[in-house]
Amino acid sequence: MSDAIQVDKVMDLKGLPCPMPVVKVSKGIKEIQVGQVIEALTTDPGALADFPAWARTSGNEILKTDQGDGVIKIYIKRLK
Amino acid sequence: MQLEEMEKQLAELKARVEGLSGSQPEERLSMIVFSGDLDKALAAFIIATGAVAMGLEVVMFFTFWGTPILRDKNKSAGGKDLMGTMFGSMLPKGAGKVKLSKMNMGGMGTAMMKSLMKKKNVASLEEFIKMAAELEVKIYICEMSMDLMGFKHEEMIDYPGLEYVGVATFLEKAINSKVQLFL
Repeated sequence: MSDAIQVDKVMDLKGLPCPMPVVKVSKGIKEIQVGQVIEALTTDPGALADFPAWARTSGNEILKTDQGDGVIKIYIKRLK
Repeated sequence: MQLEEMEKQLAELKARVEGLSGSQPEERLSMIVFSGDLDKALAAFIIATGAVAMGLEVVMFFTFWGTPILRDKNKSAGGKDLMGTMFGSMLPKGAGKVKLSKMNMGGMGTAMMKSLMKKKNVASLEEFIKMAAELEVKIYICEMSMDLMGFKHEEMIDYPGLEYVGVATFLEKAINSKVQLFL
């Protein structure tokens, strides 16, 4: 798979409701370098809207969102 | 002569631009927590912790019925007058004791909501307060509410940077905040 995203940190946020997914990722993103990627696993459907909103505000980038068998995977790149 | 005039205008313009940057709202959320209900306090802390994630500095000002949320269940204070003792026993002693604003049903509704929250993994109000402390949410307590209800500083929770202030201290923050809320 040539288009596979290289993940530097996986955050398992399954079962955590609002506002925990964005709170945890906003902390976790400080632990990776600029340009690196977090894979966030969440079961919170609100996260689909919340992560893009968080990324726009915090100046980071959502690379991809995967939905499948109840778990949402969101790939977030630290931009600053 | 013309050059002098232009220099004068430039200086005026500079002063005006500098004034502008001073009145620009900062990346801050200022929130008044007036209500002492579990549901409203939860909403306040969900918004506060979410706001930190969004990159905002957060200030919460606890006043009136919001004040008893921050009492420490393990602490007590002596030397109260009759009214202070009455308020002390009638108002909830800390975040674990506050009730729903609707459907409390003599405590049954609140208990049901709490067990539902646990089942759905929603943090309790006490957990939210701890999280707010970790996220460096600033908490102010209204000194006048403390005095009115007869609360003493020594019966309030240990919270990093907690301050007892008047309304002016809060408003100084609120004036230059991008978001202001009243709960």
